[in-house]
Amino acid sequence: MTARLAGAPSTSRQVGPATGGADSSRSKRLRAYGPLAPFHAYVALFLIFPTVVVAAGAFSQGEGGGLTLDNVSQLLTRTEFVKAFTASIQLAVLTAIAGAVIGALLAWAVVRSNPNGVFRQLVIAGAGVLAQFGGVMLAFAFFATFGPKGLITTFIDSSTGVTLDSSWLYTLNGLAVVYTYFQVPLMLIVFLPSLDGLRQEWYDASASLGGTSWSFWRHVGGPILAPSFLGAVLLLFTNAFSAYATAAAIISQGCSLVTLAISCQMNSEVILGQENVGKALALGMIVVVSLVMAAYALIQRRASRWVK
Amino acid sequence: MGQVSQGSSGFQLGAAEPHGGAFLAQPPSSRRGSRRSASGVARVVILVVILAFLLVPLVGMIEFSTRGDYGARSLDSYAAIFSYPNMVDGIVTSLEIAALTVLGMLALLVPTMVWTVVRVPRMRRVVEFLCLLPLAFPAIVLVVGIVPIYRWMGQNLGAIGASPLTLALIDIILVLPYSYRAIDSSMRSIDTATLADASRSLGASWPRTILQIIVPNLRGGILSASVLAIALVLGEYTISSLLSFQTLQVVIFLLGKRDPYVSVAVSFGALIFAFVLLFVISRFAPGAVHRGQHTVEEPA
Repeated sequence: MTARLAGAPSTSRQVGPATGGADSSRSKRLRAYGPLAPFHAYVALFLIFPTVVVAAGAFSQGEGGGLTLDNVSQLLTRTEFVKAFTASIQLAVLTAIAGAVIGALLAWAVVRSNPNGVFRQLVIAGAGVLAQFGGVMLAFAFFATFGPKGLITTFIDSSTGVTLDSSWLYTLNGLAVVYTYFQVPLMLIVFLPSLDGLRQEWYDASASLGGTSWSFWRHVGGPILAPSFLGAVLLLFTNAFSAYATAAAIISQGCSLVTLAISCQMNSEVILGQENVGKALALGMIVVVSLVMAAYALIQRRASRWVK
Repeated sequence: MGQVSQGSSGFQLGAAEPHGGAFLAQPPSSRRGSRRSASGVARVVILVVILAFLLVPLVGMIEFSTRGDYGARSLDSYAAIFSYPNMVDGIVTSLEIAALTVLGMLALLVPTMVWTVVRVPRMRRVVEFLCLLPLAFPAIVLVVGIVPIYRWMGQNLGAIGASPLTLALIDIILVLPYSYRAIDSSMRSIDTATLADASRSLGASWPRTILQIIVPNLRGGILSASVLAIALVLGEYTISSLLSFQTLQVVIFLLGKRDPYVSVAVSFGALIFAFVLLFVISRFAPGAVHRGQHTVEEPA
């Protein structure tokens, strides 16, 4: 089919990479870059424009109003917002570290398996589902297990007669457990390739110089993996910090996290002059995530130095 | 399986060597036999403990959703799914959104990616950056900024503008990072530029080159990009709930207050569905099983 010339276009242009130099005429450039226009227009409309709406809204007074710092300053002055940011960051730090440690151990336990074997693929498919697609459904998994009528609660009740108090599940502590539950598989997915990347020769080299297993990890494996591990912690932080679905399902009332506070703002009665507080909160989230991502980029550069 | 791991992790940390890895797979020195078995035991113990932590809530879902009267087991909760019209609507709506998202994503991404590789390689980094950018964006932030667009559509585009299917527009953005990575790794496994040159020099038009020459060679990547998109859309809650659309997750959440058994049943079904999709893709999609070696430009 490739050899048929029937469908040949009348203008058989030179193919190959665009020359893209100073000599390219306007129409030539248009022909080279034109086909990329739909993609860029789409991203501009549905990703860049919303960002602009958030950023501009955070500094505006609302309908027809001028510029203001009121919305943004509320992030620092209103106790509920300060508390929400603090709680979100605490939750994210805690579950990122717990998830990273447990997930790294899991990755270490799994790394020996054949990368193309069924076991590995089952584990990673399962981890992918739990890490990425869970949200509300994971909250229901915990209700079904640790809720008042859940599997564990009823089992302990019927076997020992002790009725567990399951109200912890519906607090920030419970949320921390559920968040850790989806952070662990995310860590596995993110960290396993780095662990796979450690080479036999490095271990051999260490061993032939008289190194023990401990000294290998202390002086070779550990330092090589450290940037990947740190980067993963930051990634997990962002993941927990941004999460909304699980939090909304578990903490059905209250605005105790930033994401919940934003939804409270969106759903509540709009008070005059306060329309854009939600956008200021959103901007605050962007700032936090950007800082973390910048740190991540630095670490990533370092991580790729060794494991090439 | 590298594909899904790569796709769903979002970022690739410390790019891994595809075949040089896993020195732990073959402990080298025989004189440390006892240590080896000690670490083998540790591995098994850790594996069992952590997998148990991950599996217990899933077992809880099975047990909870199969409760019948007087301690019996029954599948009534699963049968009852169909007695809630809202639930059926939610499932159908989410599947429709997923289909639209897949079509839109492919239409947007495949020609653009092929074109950058073949004609304007210098734009490759730009496209990659834009595709990965949504990872750095909490979905809820995106909702806040997108409200004006949806309000405008609701007011000016009649029934179409107010339909939940418009969620596909924003879901396309959400799936971009995952889909991009899937297609990108597939494109790296074939020589796209040479294929296109050959096709063009034999006289095929660009649309024909893309549809009949490139796309068939990318089917592994396209397949896994689509599967990831479907799974993501079926699990999406944040945007639909805040824009007040009744998608699958929103209905699961709302019904949970009235009939948690059915909500758990649907949740479990959806998780298994996503799991099977991802597993099948990892197993059978050729070209999708390329471990990601490339480091990715940071969307920060």
